[in-house]
Amino acid sequence: MIIDGSESSLKKFLSELPPVDQVGAEARASMLATRSIKTTSKAWAIDMAISMVDLTTLEGADSAGKVKALCAKAVRPDPTDLTVPSVGAICVYNDMVKIARTELNSIGGSEVAVAAVATAFPSGRASLNVKKLDTQDAIDAGANEIDMVIDRGAFLSGHLGEVFDQIKIIKELCGNKAHLKVILETGELVTYDNVRKASYLAMLAGADFIKTSTGKVAPAATAPVVLVMLEAVRDYFTLTGTRIGVKPAGGIRTTKDAIKQLVLVNETAGPEWLKPSLFRIGASALLNDLLMQRMKLRTGHYASANYVTMD
Amino acid sequence: MSSFEYASAPESKAIANIASSYGLFIGGKFVEPKKGKSFNTINPATEELLSKVGYADKLDIDAAVKSARSAFTKVWSKLPAKERGKYLYRIARILQERAREFAVVETLDNGKPIRESRDTDIPLAAAHFFYHAGWADKLEYAGVGNKPKPLGVVGQIIPWNFPLLMLAWKIAPALAAGNTVVLKPAETTPLTALLFAQVCQQAGLPDGVVNIVTGDGITGAALVNHPDINKIAFTGSTEVGKAIARSISATKKSATLELGGKAANIVFEDAAIDEAIEGIVNGIFFNQGHVCCAGSRLLIQENVSDEVIEKLKKRMSLIRVGDPMDKNTDLGAINSKEQLKRIHEISNTGDAEGANRWSPECKLPAKGYWYPPTIFTGVSQSHRIARDEIFGPVLSVLTFRTPAEGIEKANNSMYGLSAGIWSDKGAKILWAAKQLKAGVIWANTFNKFDPASPFGGYKESGWGREGGRHGLAGYLASDAKASK
Repeated sequence: MIIDGSESSLKKFLSELPPVDQVGAEARASMLATRSIKTTSKAWAIDMAISMVDLTTLEGADSAGKVKALCAKAVRPDPTDLTVPSVGAICVYNDMVKIARTELNSIGGSEVAVAAVATAFPSGRASLNVKKLDTQDAIDAGANEIDMVIDRGAFLSGHLGEVFDQIKIIKELCGNKAHLKVILETGELVTYDNVRKASYLAMLAGADFIKTSTGKVAPAATAPVVLVMLEAVRDYFTLTGTRIGVKPAGGIRTTKDAIKQLVLVNETAGPEWLKPSLFRIGASALLNDLLMQRMKLRTGHYASANYVTMD
Repeated sequence: MSSFEYASAPESKAIANIASSYGLFIGGKFVEPKKGKSFNTINPATEELLSKVGYADKLDIDAAVKSARSAFTKVWSKLPAKERGKYLYRIARILQERAREFAVVETLDNGKPIRESRDTDIPLAAAHFFYHAGWADKLEYAGVGNKPKPLGVVGQIIPWNFPLLMLAWKIAPALAAGNTVVLKPAETTPLTALLFAQVCQQAGLPDGVVNIVTGDGITGAALVNHPDINKIAFTGSTEVGKAIARSISATKKSATLELGGKAANIVFEDAAIDEAIEGIVNGIFFNQGHVCCAGSRLLIQENVSDEVIEKLKKRMSLIRVGDPMDKNTDLGAINSKEQLKRIHEISNTGDAEGANRWSPECKLPAKGYWYPPTIFTGVSQSHRIARDEIFGPVLSVLTFRTPAEGIEKANNSMYGLSAGIWSDKGAKILWAAKQLKAGVIWANTFNKFDPASPFGGYKESGWGREGGRHGLAGYLASDAKASK
């Protein structure tokens, strides 16, 4: 046991973490962005990135039709090339979970997970009871993964125990039925020190994954934020022997962005994290750019956007 | 492919248009050395011949100094200051336009990774010309009186670690101040200086304002001893610096000497550890450790030293050693056979004197000159590797118990060029910076350079400053002391 669960032991542990130097963290992230990934390594990275995509739709206008179309895309991203892997998961609101799960199972996508954004996503401003019901509802509907948000208000006002307890309670609900991804909403935590503290807090409370953002707040998954989170999971592994996953979400739109993320993983947490069970990319537009770049590598020329499917 | 191995991503050699031979650049033209002698310059990563360059002896030096003197008296000193500035701006812009070509030639001739020549050496060299171009017509604000005058003809001798950048550090302030120059690049890295000579032609710089003579130590000595030189600016080893100081001691020549270093990089217990690790790596492995201000002595507060060393080792195993032309290479080739020998020699004393050597597993290329990234732990102040400048990718790790002891160890050196402080506490940084006897002190960063910031050392690290107002002042005399 690293901490005994009390707020004071949690605070003590988090306050003893080394600080993050903003300038240094940003310099390291921008240096890693200069890595030049070509030919065979690019092909490998594109396929790896596709299999790590949490294909996401989180709109008020989401409908059964929209979600089913997304499921088809998730299972067979490129209908003209069946060597393209399926994505990691579909990420939807609670009420779409059942539709997505049923659809995926019926089209041969039982391996593709369904992630639900629960706990009063995206703001997290609801009572604990509502958050619990929200989570239970998603699990009952067949969600394999729960993407919960932390209470940023409580975190920023120093009520770390409250944030910790909420994660713990949601984790207990998930049990062994669903993986728990904890969204830190780093755009609202603002400092890298906060990102590091929140990462540890979530891991100590039982997160299987730590996730940057909801996608509703900018900035989202910036390279230095992901760097700090990857350092946290690396050091947490040294401390406990447990590997926690990382999911950047929001703002990753191009193949170049995605490859930069994989380089960050490779040279920070290490190659052990380069698999969908330990790294996911939350995105919607990214998948098509990955598919276009994949076509380009295969055929030597760029196709128009009409050669990839729009869903 | 089952893991993320970066496929080779080489920069194109074809961008470099290296001639098979070069003469000396005297009076605005490339001329053959009077005795027709030449020497080879090779690519240290492959040992392949790159070009043959002229060997300048005493007669050639005399011709170069005469051409610089004539350009000084007849043209350059008569030109309105604003016009001098225009030439410097023009040179700066051409360097930017031809940046990729310069980066490739630098990497081929020096062995440094293309990422560094592309992202550091060449952009900084251009920045030095831009910065000093702005000074040309504002010299009365340089701090040497109301009507500062140039010194005359300046002899400049530069090292092989940052060939073009050191040239820029030397030539830009000299020209901005109104001097003319004779510059001798290092024997193993003459090519970017010769390419720079072409830039001078392209910029229409008046003939003789910049003269570039290639050769070895004897060529350098001839330049230092030439009677018509007003100032010597030298960057290189302390040993040669002392020899220069001796030989000009009975003359009116002035000098700036930028010499060796054995910088302490001090990590306090309250440092941002992950960023400190990056700073340590950058401090000693940047440019293969061929940096006079390299953070070659790591001083870690004892209560965090296990954590720091463990993390440092993990980070070092990620360093990509190999082909300098590959855009993903972090550590390139050692510049010459002689330097490699020296690194081996001094490092081997570390083993002999009881320090513990560690290097990550890395495959070194069969051809060329290579040394793996290396750290020695368990080093004490009395070990040679804690005192002598190795000038290679070799880090000596020492520990200290209290901040005061850290400072004491840091200052216990014959050098005093640079130092690094790693702490998240502002007050501690200011306190430590005040105690350290070093010309340049970085806090929570390392190896950062800017044309506006003066650079230079204490003790055996040299005389004078380069860069900024202080560096410029070294090329000016107050009205009363003006040149003949």
